[in-house]
Formats: sequence, C-alpha cells, structure tokens
Amino acid sequence: MTLTPDDLEVIRLSLKVAIVGVVLTLPVAFALAYVLARGRFPGRILLDAIVHLPLVLPPVVTGWILLILFGRSGPIGGWLDRAFGVTLMFRWTGAALAAAVMALPLMVRAIRLSIEAVDRRLEGAARSLGASRWRAFRTITLPLSLPGVWAGLVLGFARSLGEFGATISFVSNIPGQTRTLPIAIYTALQLPEGEGAVVRLALVSVVLSLGALIVSEWLVRRQSGRAHVL
Amino acid sequence: MSFEVDVTKRLEEVEIAVSFASDAGVTALFGPSGSGKSSILNMIAGLLTPDRGRIALGGEILFDAKVNLPPEARHAGYVFQDGRLFPHLKVRANLLYGAGRGEAAMTLKEVVDLLGLGTLLNRWPRTLSGGEAQRVAIGRALLSNPRFLLLDEPLASLDRARADEIMTMIERVRDALKLPILYVSHNRAEVDRLAGQVVPVHR
Repeated sequence: MTLTPDDLEVIRLSLKVAIVGVVLTLPVAFALAYVLARGRFPGRILLDAIVHLPLVLPPVVTGWILLILFGRSGPIGGWLDRAFGVTLMFRWTGAALAAAVMALPLMVRAIRLSIEAVDRRLEGAARSLGASRWRAFRTITLPLSLPGVWAGLVLGFARSLGEFGATISFVSNIPGQTRTLPIAIYTALQLPEGEGAVVRLALVSVVLSLGALIVSEWLVRRQSGRAHVL
Repeated sequence: MSFEVDVTKRLEEVEIAVSFASDAGVTALFGPSGSGKSSILNMIAGLLTPDRGRIALGGEILFDAKVNLPPEARHAGYVFQDGRLFPHLKVRANLLYGAGRGEAAMTLKEVVDLLGLGTLLNRWPRTLSGGEAQRVAIGRALLSNPRFLLLDEPLASLDRARADEIMTMIERVRDALKLPILYVSHNRAEVDRLAGQVVPVHR
C-alpha cells in the first residue's frame, strides 16, 4: 500500500492544523486551568461552563457559532479582516481555530486536574524560602503540573486530528486548505471508487493516534521518573 | 534580636490569641494538638494573615494594621512538621532552593557537615526516611539565610532514637547560630530540654 500525493497532502495538512491548533491553545488552556483550579471569583462556574461548552455542544453548532463570530461579516472576523487583512474562512487557519476550540475543554480538564493535585503547601514552603510568587509558580507549581500538560497536549492533538463537525461547518471542505483526515475520509466514502483512499487514510489515523498516545506515555513516565524513581 | 508577637485569628472552630516576646535562643510554643500552634507559625512566616495584631522582629514590623510583608520578605527559616521537601528536586537542589538571598551565614558544606547530609545529596526526597527528610528540611531552612527559625514539631513523625538525633542537631544550630528559634511542640520533655522560654498555647 502506497500513499498517493493527495493522501500526503491531507496528512500534512492535518498535522499542521492539529499542531498549530494545540500549540496555540496550550497557553490559553493553562491559564484557564490555573484560574479554574485556584481562583475564587464570581462567575467561575459560568467560565467553567463556557470552557466546557464545545465538549457538550454538537460540533456542528460550535462550527456554526465560529462562522457567526469569525465570518467576514462577524464581529471578530470583520475586525480581523479590517485591522490585519486576515481571513480565517475557508483557510487552514480557520480549521486550526476550529481544532483549537474543540481541543480546549479536554486540555483544560487534564491540566486543571494536575494543578489541583499540586500541594499548595509546597508553594508556601517555597515562598518562606524567599521565592516570589512568580518564582514559586515557575519552579514548583509548573514543573509539578507538567504531567497534566503532556496529557492535555496529547488529548488535544488527538481531538484536533479527529475534528470533523465544527471544521466542516466553519471552513467547509476545500482540498489543500480545510480537507483534513476525517473530512477526506468522509469525502472518499461518498465516491464509488473511494474505498482505497478510505482504507489508507483510516490506517494513517490509527497510526497517528497510537503514536501520540505512546509518545505521551513516554513523556509522562520520563517526567514522573524524574520525580519518583530511584 | 528579639521577637514580639501579639496576634489574633479566628479559624473556623478555633480562636487563636497569642502574645509573647522572646530573645535569642529557643522559645517553645507549647500546647495540645489543635490549639493553633502551627497557625501561629504560619502567621509569623507570612503564610496566614492574622485578623489583627502585630508581629515585629528586632524592631522591624512584619505585620500590623498597615504592614503585611509577603513571606519572601520575612526571611524565616521554616521547618515544617512534614518536611515539605520539593518532590521533583533532589536533596542538593532542595537544600539550595532558598540559598543566595543575602550574605550566607552558612555554606552548603557547613550545613552538610553539621547535619550529616553528605551521603544524601543525590537522592530524591521520596527515598529518604523521616529523620533524613527532617534533617534536609532543617538544612534547607538554614541555607536560606534566615533571620529566625520556625520549627513545627520537627520530631513528631520520628521514633525515639531519630528524635534524639534531630534534637541534638537543633541544639547545635541553636548554639552555633544564635538565631531566635520558635519551637512548636506538644511534648513536655522536648520543650524542657530545648527551650529557654515557654509560651503556653490553649485551645
């Protein structure tokens, strides 16, 4: 079985969309996870609910909301267009945004759990030893929550790779721009002669997802090994 | 250097109210479990804010109605009951975490020799026994160039032989450094052996 140039284009695009989506989401996800784990402020439950919305909404609805907000005449899309000449519609950047939004709740959940697991008294110990709030965060909280960051990255990457509903309703199905793996598989399924492509791309999906899981397992083991082994 | 503490704090079921002054040497906060002794240390270290009162060290105000220095500005050498070593750092990195603020009163080598830590430097905290972890915690506090020491039941989790060993270390530190030491305990024998002054803390 060999991959055709079209297959390779789909794979490259999918990886690009998923990686860019997840990497851009990571700082946002970490900040949200930290605020939700540690913050006590009015509206926390509402913020929590909004972050989780893409997890429970039908993805097509999420895509439609993105279309309303980021379309050329939408409030954010219109501003991006006027201010920077940036368009997300029907572009791979739009697909990356859809992937990011769909990955966000999973990443926030994973990171939040590991921030909540950090013993806050360790931060108190660091402060009493002369560390500023920022240094205590950087040297204690952040490294101790890294396993959750790795887990969040992999979950988010896998979710982004599999994103279908939000992507297709936000940025449609355009070869080379927004036709990612699941959308390419769906397209091939519609064609009488598409079976070969379905099999090839499905296998690639399995391999990529497995690879992501194995890499994350390795990273977490290495991380916790640094902390616990010996 | 003298200590003046006069604070009150309401914590759910317990009303903590304590007032004392101390000089160099060991002052013991002595009282039953649950009487808020650890909370008093936390207030002095800046990890817990009193409802009202005043904490001063050698004339410098750490806390009063207007001042509330953050923990990192108080220069406490706080040894917690459970050691509280950083699990992701080896013993050496734990010891040096607070080093480098101000002119060091003791070098790493001096602390390692004083507390017998030489063979532990490359170990992970998880692999240490209770007594070893407590010695590292004391060393870490000493290396942070503290102006005073807060010791929160440092012997509580140790058997008799280990407790005796750590007590000897504390006596050595007390006599070598001449720092004011606040020592929290519910054990009469420890208090009698170490402390020059006893402050009873009631429930």
